[in-house]
Amino acid sequence: MPPPADIAAQARAPAATPIPTRATAGGHAGDRVFALTLVALGGAVLLVVGVVVLELYRVAQPALAKGGLRFLIDRDWDPVAGSFGALPFVYGTVVTSAVAIVLAVPISVGMALFLSEMGPPKLRPVVSFLIETLAAIPSVVYGLWGLFVVVPLLRDHVQPALAKTLGFLPLFRGPTIGLGYLAAGVLLAIMILPTVASVTTEVLKTVPPSLREGALALGATRWEAIRMAILPYARPGILGAALLGLGRALGETMAVTMVIGNAPEISASLFAPGYSLPAVIANEFAEATGALHLGALAGLGLVLFGLALVLNSTARLLVRLVARGPRAVA
Amino acid sequence: MNGPIKLRVERLQARFGDHHVLRDVTLEVPASSVMAVIGPSGCGKSTFLRCLNRMHELVPGASSEGGVYLDGEDLYRRGVDPVLLRRRVGMVFQRPNPFPTMSIRDNVAAGLKLNGFRGRLDDVVERCLRQAALWDEVKDRLRAPATSLSGGQQQRLCIARALAVEPEVLLMDEPASALDPVATAKIEELMHELKERYTIVIVTHNMQQAARVSDRTAFFYMGELVEAGATEKIFTNPTEQRTEDYVTGKFG
Amino acid sequence: MKALVLRRAVNVAVTVACGAMVVFAVAPLGSLLWLVVSKGVAGLSLSFFTALPTPVGEPGGGVGNAILGTAMLVGLACLVGLPLGIGAGVFLAERGDGPFGRAVRFTAEVFSGVPSIVIGIVAYGIVVVAMRRFSMIAGALALALLMVPTLARSTEELVRLVPGTLREASLALGVPAWKTSLRVVLRTAAGGILTAVLLAIARAAGETAPLLFTSLNNQYWNVRPDQPTASLTVQIFNYAISPYEDWHQKAWSAALVLLLLVGSLNLLARLALRRSAAGGRA
Repeated sequence: MPPPADIAAQARAPAATPIPTRATAGGHAGDRVFALTLVALGGAVLLVVGVVVLELYRVAQPALAKGGLRFLIDRDWDPVAGSFGALPFVYGTVVTSAVAIVLAVPISVGMALFLSEMGPPKLRPVVSFLIETLAAIPSVVYGLWGLFVVVPLLRDHVQPALAKTLGFLPLFRGPTIGLGYLAAGVLLAIMILPTVASVTTEVLKTVPPSLREGALALGATRWEAIRMAILPYARPGILGAALLGLGRALGETMAVTMVIGNAPEISASLFAPGYSLPAVIANEFAEATGALHLGALAGLGLVLFGLALVLNSTARLLVRLVARGPRAVA
Repeated sequence: MNGPIKLRVERLQARFGDHHVLRDVTLEVPASSVMAVIGPSGCGKSTFLRCLNRMHELVPGASSEGGVYLDGEDLYRRGVDPVLLRRRVGMVFQRPNPFPTMSIRDNVAAGLKLNGFRGRLDDVVERCLRQAALWDEVKDRLRAPATSLSGGQQQRLCIARALAVEPEVLLMDEPASALDPVATAKIEELMHELKERYTIVIVTHNMQQAARVSDRTAFFYMGELVEAGATEKIFTNPTEQRTEDYVTGKFG
Repeated sequence: MKALVLRRAVNVAVTVACGAMVVFAVAPLGSLLWLVVSKGVAGLSLSFFTALPTPVGEPGGGVGNAILGTAMLVGLACLVGLPLGIGAGVFLAERGDGPFGRAVRFTAEVFSGVPSIVIGIVAYGIVVVAMRRFSMIAGALALALLMVPTLARSTEELVRLVPGTLREASLALGVPAWKTSLRVVLRTAAGGILTAVLLAIARAAGETAPLLFTSLNNQYWNVRPDQPTASLTVQIFNYAISPYEDWHQKAWSAALVLLLLVGSLNLLARLALRRSAAGGRA
């Protein structure tokens, strides 16, 4: 039962008042408080992000003051000696992410096609559920499994086989200890599969069904209809999905730290141990020696932040492009 | 007009799951003619059309029974590959659906490339665009994206695309309903020319259009074929009461 | 002319390939789950859940403090993260159509992609530096920051899903707008929001990286927010990378405990979703 004040207020209101929407809700104290609270909460989000960026910058300041981000291209990382060349980490991040994308995108597109077009409809919910489960497993558990299952597998079976068949490539040479870029890349691929696969599935769903029908009506097989009509249309979105996966791979810390070997070096071979930006932060931050060391690590964090920002924005733009699409019929 | 029978439908039923959409349809379409399929919304006309090129069965849960005979050959017989049959029975849809990532030329050639066509693609493209009365408008910009055309032009492009694989029958599902009157008139004119070489079945909710373009008309109501015959007869002197009520506008 | 047989064969081959891709994706999952369960179960006992970690070589020991630590870290994180996240989501749904709203939404979206370790650095800078020590609060702050963007987006979506007619009916009855939002709209969206919250908690419980230099770790029981705290995830990490076989065993068992925790939360979330979809309070 509305309080008397409200009834009185309504009696005073002119007869043809439209239903109060948020735009015309002024006049009631509770509404004002509520509105202000909401705006404050929204603003708090902006504030928080602002604080994050500023704080990151502040911690990184000692290192940035010494010559900006140039330390990114120096090769020598030796905190004790005071040199903070971060190139090995950048290299490691790039290489492992590249391996992850190369492995994950075809598998994800295949899965997405299975889920949206080619697979029997009855299996689809099962596969969806499995993808969600993949996404729910914590990173450290992937690392544990990677350390004791993937690494021995690579060391004892996969890497020797690769060395035998493709050993003429510099990518597949050198001692096979299991830990290294390949192990990290494989783990990353598994971990970003849910992201890339689910976004790709969504993108495929936004392709207008009339395109598929048009292709089929011309006498195309199911795969030909996909190749001719659906994939070309969805391509920007699939690229977006890949970028989102890349963004996730870049920031992935624990699983990589546990299998990459933690060697701040640059090697051409995928079998070699390496390091990545998040991994070095994870390993060294807690016991960093001095503000400069901390600053350098935080500077690496800043780089990660910037990369993630760029990748995510671009990715979302691409996905939205496909969904909206200026492909509407005139 | 009384040519040999190109398409014969015998006791066709169609369902979406348990929903019985078409009942016992028996119909004949002579070669080189236009048959109009008319009826109120939801009477099953589009479903009927899609049974003729076996697109109906692509919908999950859809099923059908009965026979559809093209030149005497049952399209639903075991061993008939729908992919092949759809080259002989082409379809143009209600909303133009050219492939947006392809050029005008590539759209027309799309169906041909499926079969690994060897020969001069450009000649075929020109021929089909002429048949679809679109050549003069696009001949200077064949590489332009298909989406740069107007709605009416896109629909004619889709017709050209369908013609490129040299079908025998052309199915048209309300091809002009999304177009303006000028574009519609062009499509209707096209049908007069096309029927020399092709057999056309057109679904339309526009009775005047049916009267203008078709030689024979079939009237569907609630999943049943009520009456089929020469267009003139259907519109001026139908046998069934329901037909008369519909064509005189008593319901629709 | 390309024979139909060839085209058909290609079609089948592609279908098989897609199926193979699914297998490639699912096989690691199967292997992981199988191993965590089979290896972890061996070390499980009541004392594993309740005891403190023992030094290398000593039998027994458990992750009791780590379980408590994770619970407290996540609990503290919820104190800040839930109101802020849900509140921001309601803001975006109710008032988020203007330029300010768009800015907030864009920020939240992009912010959700920031690596968790970077958030850890921020929490370090704000709390650890100020307090001059690693603490539970620092870890909780990092987790809270991680929760906010996803919660905000999910809440916004859910609140927008509530039919406008419900809102109008309430307003027409004279219920003030703010009460309408709180009582009617939120109550309708509550089931979905609960799901989102449970998922956020599950994700927070599984985080490791930001905790490494905020809440650090602790070999003993700790309930003081201003002290370093053990957590399941950090403990698993430490056990796994150690050179000791019996600690590796403990890593598997602790991982099993973590998966049970995360799994139950996800299951609850799914149930909450089903309840809210089916129930539908008027």
